[in-house]
Amino acid sequence: MPTREINGQSIEFDNEGFMTDRTAWNRDIAAVLAKEEGIETLTDRHFDVIDFMRKEVEEKGTAPSIRRLNKLNVVPTKELYQLFPGGPAKKAAKIAGLKKPEGCI
Amino acid sequence: MKKLLILGAGTAGTIMVNKLAPVLDQSEWQITIVDHHETHYYQPGFLFIPFGIYTKKDVIKPKRDFFPTGVEVIFSGIDIIEPEKNQVKLTDGKVLSYDYLVIATGSQIKPEETEGLVGDGWRKNIFDFYTIDGACALAHFLKYWEGGRMVLNVVEMPIKCPVAPLEFEYLAEWWLTEQGLRDKVEIEFVTPLPGAFTKPKASQLFGDFLDKKNIKLTPEFSTGRVDAANNKIISWDEQDIAYDLLVTVPTNMGDDAIARSGLGDELNFIPTDKETLQSKAHENIFVIGDATDLPSSKAGSVAHFQADILYENLLSAMEGRPLRAQFDGHANCYIESGFGKGILIDFNYDTEPLPGKFPLPGIGPFSLLEETKMNHYGKMMFRWMYWNLLLKGAELPIESQMMMAGKRV
Ligand SMILES: Cc1cc2nc3c(=O)[nH]c(=O)nc-3n(C[C@H](O)[C@H](O)[C@H](O)COP(=O)(O)OP(=O)(O)OC[C@H]3O[C@@H](n4cnc5c(N)ncnc54)[C@H](O)[C@@H]3O)c2cc1C
Repeated sequence: MPTREINGQSIEFDNEGFMTDRTAWNRDIAAVLAKEEGIETLTDRHFDVIDFMRKEVEEKGTAPSIRRLNKLNVVPTKELYQLFPGGPAKKAAKIAGLKKPEGCI
Repeated sequence: MKKLLILGAGTAGTIMVNKLAPVLDQSEWQITIVDHHETHYYQPGFLFIPFGIYTKKDVIKPKRDFFPTGVEVIFSGIDIIEPEKNQVKLTDGKVLSYDYLVIATGSQIKPEETEGLVGDGWRKNIFDFYTIDGACALAHFLKYWEGGRMVLNVVEMPIKCPVAPLEFEYLAEWWLTEQGLRDKVEIEFVTPLPGAFTKPKASQLFGDFLDKKNIKLTPEFSTGRVDAANNKIISWDEQDIAYDLLVTVPTNMGDDAIARSGLGDELNFIPTDKETLQSKAHENIFVIGDATDLPSSKAGSVAHFQADILYENLLSAMEGRPLRAQFDGHANCYIESGFGKGILIDFNYDTEPLPGKFPLPGIGPFSLLEETKMNHYGKMMFRWMYWNLLLKGAELPIESQMMMAGKRV
């Protein structure tokens, strides 16, 4: 499992670049991860999404779907795609320090 | 009298009533099953209707033919489930109380969830094949079609029978070839998934088949809206794809009654224990088939495997014993690949589809993850099995738990 140094902290990732321990996460790490995903600055709107996702994982064990974020008025789907271009579910989870979202079949 | 109430008499509800009626003591238990439709549709058959292989009469039978004696059958809509009162209100005004409730209300397409899908183009050059009406309307359209761009779009996951869109593409390619139209049609498969399918080995194989058949694959496309006036589907991030014929697999959702009852998630699927099939919210409610939120495939074969588990656990619950039977996510799907051939996949929560022989290790007669004529016969035989064995709750020559024997890792 790849370990990387971020802001002086040593952080573990899985092979697809998702953090393996969400408790090691903080906002500064998020900023670094966001840059790697092509998002220059994280705004309050980004953090509305990130904080809500982390809260749901804490409480329910699974990250909310795009549809759930929309339904609970956290962020409309259209805006979510603008905030995290090209695959918001995965990108937002990555930046939020969460596991890769489970794909369903 | 104690009461067992089953909501929905589709694949899963019908299997359950047939398994339970013979074993529950009639002097102790009253079994009731509710559904709003009197006709049972063999949904896997819808796939063949657009190409004239089946017609409507090949996929319907009266539900009455499949209910055991001694069971109360009510044809009515379900209005609302009230778990706190252990009762269900029907749309015809009746109120049914229960000791145990089995929810088997399935999943349905909701095209109205996508802006512009149900508008000017609907059933003119936009069709679904997940409903009987859609499949029949598409058959009619194709009869007179002279070609153009045919786009198949899966709007959102999860969908029931996740391989059905691929089968549609393979069959369409075969049918167009037979009609002498293949060179007049561009076929494109547009999906929100990262590839042709989710599980890596199967995704690779299905993707290769698309290539071989000259069907263009566009992955990771999340449909935001349809511009029917200009014949385009448009993604949330503003990519667009033009079509002449749009075959859509719209958002799949659980029934509105589940939403009205406050029992569902954002897609009206019911949070369910993935091993015991007990509802997460209520001890005396169990859920089976497409109505669950399980990460298994939504398929008739899956409902059948779940039925073995639910049967054990429901009887345990009724007798105050712990729930020991565990569903492993087993799914078994025949995939039509066109030109009289098919592919078979067998997998569960933890094991992706692997190559090998099935159901007899080393012998078959079916081949896993491989295209054979025999697999196609398996698919066509499934209809007979469905009506004559599966719905009646009979044993099939397949274990409900997935087997590793016969698979090559
Ligand atoms: C095109 C297509 C191809 C498929 N191919 C395959 C295949 O090859 N192999 C395979 O295994 N599976 C296949 N499937 C999937 C399979 O048909 C379903 O997974 C299966 O039928 C699920 O069973 P169920 O009992 O959960 O739901 P259903 O069989 O859909 O039954 C639900 C029942 O609940 C009733 N109901 C719902 N809400 C209410 C209400 N409010 N009031 C009263 N009644 C209500 C409905 O009328 C219905 O009878 C296919 C499906 C489609 C659409």
